[in-house]
Amino acid sequence: MAKITFVTQGNETITVEGTAGNVMELAVQNKIKGIDGNCGGVCSCATCHVHVEPEHWDKVGAPNTMESDMLEFDEKVSDHSRLSCQMKVTENLDGIVLKVAN
Amino acid sequence: MKNSKISDPFEKERLEKGYGEMDDQNDPVTMVLRHKDVRRCAHNHKTFQSGAEPGRIVVPSEVNIRDIRQIPFEVDPPQHGAYRAVVEDWFKRPLEEEYTEQLEQIIGDVVDEALTKDSVEMIKDFSLVLQSRALTLLFNVPFSESETWISWGTHVFRSEETALDASKATILYDYIDEQLDYYEKNLGEDFYSTLLKAEVNGEKLTREEIKGVVILTFAGGRDTVINAVTNSIAYFAENPKSLEQIKNEPQILNFAIEELVRYFSPLTHMGRVATEDTQVCEHAVKADTRISLNWASANRDETVFENANEVVLDRKMNPHVAFGFGTHNCLGATHARQILKVLIQTLIKKVNSIEILEADENIETLGDLKRKVGFNSIKMKFN
Repeated sequence: MAKITFVTQGNETITVEGTAGNVMELAVQNKIKGIDGNCGGVCSCATCHVHVEPEHWDKVGAPNTMESDMLEFDEKVSDHSRLSCQMKVTENLDGIVLKVAN
Repeated sequence: MKNSKISDPFEKERLEKGYGEMDDQNDPVTMVLRHKDVRRCAHNHKTFQSGAEPGRIVVPSEVNIRDIRQIPFEVDPPQHGAYRAVVEDWFKRPLEEEYTEQLEQIIGDVVDEALTKDSVEMIKDFSLVLQSRALTLLFNVPFSESETWISWGTHVFRSEETALDASKATILYDYIDEQLDYYEKNLGEDFYSTLLKAEVNGEKLTREEIKGVVILTFAGGRDTVINAVTNSIAYFAENPKSLEQIKNEPQILNFAIEELVRYFSPLTHMGRVATEDTQVCEHAVKADTRISLNWASANRDETVFENANEVVLDRKMNPHVAFGFGTHNCLGATHARQILKVLIQTLIKKVNSIEILEADENIETLGDLKRKVGFNSIKMKFN
């Protein structure tokens, strides 16, 4: 199980718990504002963009080529950007804080 | 060749040059063919604008039949964002439970009716009906409006005789004016009223702007949805194991929808107008000339998609651009995805097998190239 905290653009902080699936799905299930996951998690829409808190970046790791190609054209890309549909919910992610990009 | 197969006519030019050329009513188009270039050009709205003369970014150009600017589609940032914000939430309604239930009813009825017939002409008697009825949900207007919309035929701006039909456009414009006249006096919870009540930067939308949004909503999701629905059913008719696979592994349904949309790419391409002298793949593009973002070609780019010419229903990484890319990505995508989702679930529930009886392909001409986008007519039998 992992506790993951989302901080929305409206500065709302929501901590949720997940055991399986990906982070986008977990956010959508919990109706986190700004995470839509329109494409269902195939890395085609970037509506699940998050900024990982820098101190948690090592837990999450860098995106693969396909994901970073997608992020490259996103207006809100940062050095710690990830598409949450490409992040598997594992115990490794326990305690991380993600800022919702949109 | 299988009826459901959609080939990739752009492969040679995509690999060799990265662009293709075609004329369109003496306003030529340089088609951008590679995935990365398509995304890059879509992203670069300053150099490749949408806010050109109304109708010009559409291929074939609608400049001669339309003066009204489609909104937010033909507006660039930063103004684009304010318009888009007005309609964004409305177009997410397809995710609501009640909307989905009504969609299930509509699609269930269309499939039930098909099951009673020995032969169904899918374009006019199935997909057009389904699309029109589903659109009443998106507009949140009475179901009976769909009868009028069905009577318009498959393309709001096209008739069977000519590609661009001004008289058809007039029918649509007059209809929208009538609707707006009515809803101005009877504000409710429908799309027209939402637009009539909406404000952008503290000001009400003008009648012209509202018409621009409504025209876009009618035009953008018409033949695209009809092709996506028809092509998907043709695919399942010829690949019955695919439906079986989704039935047994419901978790792949989302992947399957994205993959079908990638493979069919119901909208081949969309234009932009260059605002300065520039280049695409070392090919000069002069200011005030057109390029097009060829979604269909990008979606078969072999450097991005493994087995790009095959339908891989459980394709997990699928950065397709079938709904466009960037600022102007398809506003109706949520509605379209929900239609396909409910359609597939309904077919699994109600239909054992589907036969294709006869088919007449709908082929687009793009310069020297030809691309099948779907069918002019296709008869099927549902069992």
